[in-house]
Amino acid sequence: MKKNVIVIGAGGAGLVAAINAHENGANVLIITKDYSTRSQTCMAQGGINAALSNAGEDSIEAHIQNTLKSAHGLANEDAVRFMCQEAPNAIKWLDSIGVPFSRTSESKIAQRTLGGASAPRACYAQDYTGLKILHTLYDKCLSLNIEILNERYLLECITDKNDNEESYVCGVSVLNKRSGEIEVYESPSVIIATGGYSRIYHTHSTNAVGSSGDGIVAALRAGARVSDMEFVQFHPTAMKNSAILISESARGAGGYLLNSKGHRFTNELAPRDEVARAIDDEILKGEEIFLDIRHLGEEFINRELPQERKLAKLYEDIDPVSELIPIKPVAHYTMGGIEVDENSKTVIDGLYAVGECANHKVHGANRLGGNSLLELIVFGKQVGENATKYAFKQNNDISRGVDISAKSSDEFIIKIKEYTNEIDFYQKQKFIGDLFYLHVAIKRDKGILEYVLQDVEKLLEELPKMGVSDKSKIYNTNLIEFLEFKNMLELSRLVLLGAISRDESRGAHFRVDIPKENNEEFKAHSIIDRDGSVSYEN
Amino acid sequence: MKIKIQRDTIVEYTVEHKERTLLEILTELKTMQDPSLTFSSGCRSSVCGSCAVVVNGKEVLACAYHAKNGDVIEPLKNSEVIRDLVVNMDRAYEFNAKSKAWQSTFSEDMSLSQADEKINETQSDCILCGACYSACPVYAVNKEFLGPFSLTRVWRYISDKREENPKEKIDTIQTNGVWDCTLCNECTLVCPQDISSKADIEKLRAKSSMAGYMDPNFSSIGGGFDGSPTF
Repeated sequence: MKKNVIVIGAGGAGLVAAINAHENGANVLIITKDYSTRSQTCMAQGGINAALSNAGEDSIEAHIQNTLKSAHGLANEDAVRFMCQEAPNAIKWLDSIGVPFSRTSESKIAQRTLGGASAPRACYAQDYTGLKILHTLYDKCLSLNIEILNERYLLECITDKNDNEESYVCGVSVLNKRSGEIEVYESPSVIIATGGYSRIYHTHSTNAVGSSGDGIVAALRAGARVSDMEFVQFHPTAMKNSAILISESARGAGGYLLNSKGHRFTNELAPRDEVARAIDDEILKGEEIFLDIRHLGEEFINRELPQERKLAKLYEDIDPVSELIPIKPVAHYTMGGIEVDENSKTVIDGLYAVGECANHKVHGANRLGGNSLLELIVFGKQVGENATKYAFKQNNDISRGVDISAKSSDEFIIKIKEYTNEIDFYQKQKFIGDLFYLHVAIKRDKGILEYVLQDVEKLLEELPKMGVSDKSKIYNTNLIEFLEFKNMLELSRLVLLGAISRDESRGAHFRVDIPKENNEEFKAHSIIDRDGSVSYEN
Repeated sequence: MKIKIQRDTIVEYTVEHKERTLLEILTELKTMQDPSLTFSSGCRSSVCGSCAVVVNGKEVLACAYHAKNGDVIEPLKNSEVIRDLVVNMDRAYEFNAKSKAWQSTFSEDMSLSQADEKINETQSDCILCGACYSACPVYAVNKEFLGPFSLTRVWRYISDKREENPKEKIDTIQTNGVWDCTLCNECTLVCPQDISSKADIEKLRAKSSMAGYMDPNFSSIGGGFDGSPTF
């Protein structure tokens, strides 16, 4: 049966979009490459921002101003205002569907301070905030009987053109991982909610292995534009050996950053770009960096940060109650993504995007902790409503009827399987990840970026010499991982194009050769279209 | 060191002996020795529930288990194996819907205390890894058993003050539900999140009794004419 709305991705953003489309009357289908509860959202720990003043004086205006300041002039103030004003409603809604937030002694939703915030603003559920929100949303989808197709990998957003030569979306093609068959699903509205691309940094990222930005590349291929791709947030405190995240809430609660001499060297609660740079400076001086939460006490750590303690013990063999946690900054969140307007729509009719894969311009050059979970809920609701309205309008338009097929996707997969596999792509994936962590990370230099771009472009040319050795149809993860690598290589190129073109330093994009903001030329969003040309727009 | 992996047949692999997680070893095998080796992974930090497998007969998360020489790795039990260590979780997850493991209505402005929140703090840590489902022996005799994680998730919502219709959920879990559990505790022993579905099922039984339900095994085995036990 034909659906009104298809949502690609079943993390927080996708589920909220689907729930809201459903509640507006749409027949919704969610498609995910894994299972919903395995999405990146489950890894969010610290909290979700809303000016509720439950734990200290706060205001929506303060939330707006903190967000704008951290964004370094690159946020859209209207979008930020909308998000921050809607934040209390977002929390109310999550509370109403059963999210088990931690509580204060006055029986209110508990709030904690994260970096760059002037008040304790992040609502949390211990340090399992994302996990508990994601699972509650999933349970809500089950209660509404929303159909979820698991283990389908997005290949194409299928488009056509109307009489005025304007593109519109008519469905998607996906690879069913289990059967190996290509499937086509038709729908007038498609919402991309596939997450960010931090895994281009390979193991130098806090993210799950699936954060390969598939939806961004598919949207770009379909004719959508991407923006602000050069802005990649490095989280200051990932554990040194495993790159597994220790939440900012550890610093919010009073945790210190120490160097090898045991000295504090920065304001631990500055925005992440500043803290990450301060740590990077220390590391370049030869210091090792540690997070110290010993003084918070065992009772507090067990109550508020149980996951952090568990992860430190399990992956670093460190008990933070009595020991220092060795840390380093790694890639954590990608501010850039699919360019959308104030309705979450791309330049293609019917094609929408939401969550980390989209750029709603609420984070600008540097995201504040606690604002990404918020973004999912606020814009997830909005995109669900908008995609539904649009779909109903199209369904009434009888002149529109296209015959969509899997032909091009079929040919694509056949071609990929014929790639010669002379070059091992897993090795190249590690190579690019290491190269990016070294040169396209916290500090960047134009000359070196240009060299890295040459490497990436060479690999793009060599893709036909890579490929897969496993030719199985059934559950071929060798193939899926190659397709993800191919997408990440294309995204790496976009990050570099943005980073080379932006001759200034702003937020998470710091150029050692030009360490200052240049508001005259670059207080604007970098836009890249399908042919790879970079332009700036406001 | 050597580890054995259950694929179409059991395959032995040799890897460098050093302290690391099983997931790291599987990843190394796939990317450096045998790209056809098939397994699931995600967050590699014990919170996404993707990488549960059976090691030497016991369910673990590959990302949280430190591999040892001689380990035998198998896919989860009670689910269809798609390939190597990957199983199809669709059927297992369907039990969440069959159990109505959700909050049934919107609950606006309900005030919850710290004590209210603590009631189901652990249960809401569930990551749906399926370890409990694999370890549960009841499926050998009843494929329709709602199962450990679904019943834990039902307890999570029933124990929450915001749930306005707990009776409906209690009604739902009478058939193939709380009374089919043998209380063997295997689910508790394998849960990576320290959840005891067995304990949650016992709490659900108590709630069921309060709602007027009786243990059907109890009444059919030993019940006298007046319903009182005869042993």
